[in-house]
Amino acid sequence: MATAESVVFEHVTKRYGVAEARREAAAGRLPAAVDDLSFEVPAGRICVLVGPSGCGKTTSLKMVNRLIEPTSGRILIGGEDVATRDVIALRRSIGYVIQQVGLFPHQTVGENVETVTRLLGWAPERRRARSDELLELVGLDPSRYATRYPSQLSGGERQRVGVARALAADPPVLLMDEPFGAVDPIVRERLQNELLHLQDQLAKTILFVTHDIDEAIKMGDLVAVMQAGGHLAQFAPPAEILANPASDFVARFVGADRGLKRLALTRVNELDLMAPVTASPGEDAAEARRRALADPFPWLLLVDAMRRPLGWVEEADIPTSGNLTEELASAMSPLLDRRTTLKDALARLIEAEVQAGVVTDARGAVIGLVTAEMIFDWSRRTAEEARASEGPTRETAS
Amino acid sequence: MIDWGWIADHVPAILGRAVQHLEFAAIALVVGFAISFGLALLSVRYRPAYPVVAGLAGILFTIPSLALYSSFVPVIGLSLLTVEIPLVLYTLVIYVRNIVAGFDSVPAEVLEAADGMGYTRMQRLRAVELPLAVPLMVAGLRVASVSTIGLVTISGILGSSFGGFGFFIFERPNFATEILVGAVGSIALALLADALFGVLQRRLTPWSRLNVELEMAKTGRSAAQATAAV
Repeated sequence: MATAESVVFEHVTKRYGVAEARREAAAGRLPAAVDDLSFEVPAGRICVLVGPSGCGKTTSLKMVNRLIEPTSGRILIGGEDVATRDVIALRRSIGYVIQQVGLFPHQTVGENVETVTRLLGWAPERRRARSDELLELVGLDPSRYATRYPSQLSGGERQRVGVARALAADPPVLLMDEPFGAVDPIVRERLQNELLHLQDQLAKTILFVTHDIDEAIKMGDLVAVMQAGGHLAQFAPPAEILANPASDFVARFVGADRGLKRLALTRVNELDLMAPVTASPGEDAAEARRRALADPFPWLLLVDAMRRPLGWVEEADIPTSGNLTEELASAMSPLLDRRTTLKDALARLIEAEVQAGVVTDARGAVIGLVTAEMIFDWSRRTAEEARASEGPTRETAS
Repeated sequence: MIDWGWIADHVPAILGRAVQHLEFAAIALVVGFAISFGLALLSVRYRPAYPVVAGLAGILFTIPSLALYSSFVPVIGLSLLTVEIPLVLYTLVIYVRNIVAGFDSVPAEVLEAADGMGYTRMQRLRAVELPLAVPLMVAGLRVASVSTIGLVTISGILGSSFGGFGFFIFERPNFATEILVGAVGSIALALLADALFGVLQRRLTPWSRLNVELEMAKTGRSAAQATAAV
């Protein structure tokens, strides 16, 4: 496996002269300028370039594999200036995925995936083996798909082949230009999840362009928000961009619901969960009642021997004598796996009878409670913390 | 009405004229394609050249064939060239338009993907652009072959060593049987060429045959466009 390599932009600027702009327009492209772009993507991370159309995000991407040459500045891959490398060799060493996929219609799926390995002169058997391996990796059975032509595939299948083709020579860097922009929302979400899953195994350095802020937040370890004129408005991890937008532009671009979006980035087990008062059927009721009354939360949680939740008992309903029975449980509340996001937890709590979600571990045992108030508190506190450490964010965003 | 006896007596002559007809047409089709391919590549690589090339080829095509054949006689006399030069000139407009349309039909994203993956200019032309331009090129060949076969017939006006089947039409204006042989022969060759290239077109593009309706509609339309342009 080729190791991933860092990608560094150093004061990269692209301006279009009148003649060049006209030539691009004639070829049906709308050239967008880029202004003094500097940022660093560490090896193995996904960096999403996001912004409205005309902000220069695609131009920035194409300067990495030199489909567009910068006017000034340098781009380094693994510390080496791309301008000093042979342009053909450079491109063969970088994976490239575009929105319309651009599969060769006259070649089969297998031949398409073999493109770069063929250009690199691999032996046919080795190319074939690699192509089969990659098709399997992206979830397409090679025995069924390798001999088909692109016209026989669905949009989602084509995009998968596009990804397999880009990975053929195991490139350390992958460029993806709105790769999921042309498929429907359901397929898009599936492809996003698959790519994240793939990335867990591959750990490539990925530069990913999109105009969709939700996609940027979901996919990016780092997000570069760009604005018209090719300016970098902010470069930070998604949580920080949502908690502390560097400018009015970024705040508007991430949307008025950025607080909610931030909730989608955090999971319930990251909060300090509240410990519930618990008891099991068969235990002494009077003793359980005393413990429940001593706790400010007005409900007792009934659990089984494995500490799996059975239901809630209101304090007033706990008998003063005898033993607890399972029938006492009068209400349930949302059971939340520990990996549930705060956003989903809140959505479930809004409709619940008991306003506390029961967070469970992988075996279903109770590990704590989460309430809407706790989520609101977390949101307020982290936003304040982000604002307090605002200095460094502004600097990286300059 | 038809003198079958004359036909039976002249089978060798009729076959000889058929061979001559095909020979004249084939030479023009091959030479015309070679010249047109160069002109089309120039037009694709250097776009401002295209209107000039297409315009000149279009003007040539408007010259009536009788006039064009005759105008070369005082200059170069009567030789194979007297027939072939006009025939080649007439193919240019059909070929150039179709070859350029073939290159233009390669989707922009396919070219971008090829560039992004590290094809050199020549590799891209050979492995991506040419194969994808083939359907429209063969469509051009199909139209040009029909048109050229028709024009060979007219070259019979130049005298008895020309014309292929056209020779029979021009030899004796009052002998219906001979005129019919010339006409039917010309028509049959044209239909044959059209069918042959139709089959070739589908053979050369297995990937598009899978999309039968779509691709048939497309090639049908572009052939019609080429004819309309003519």
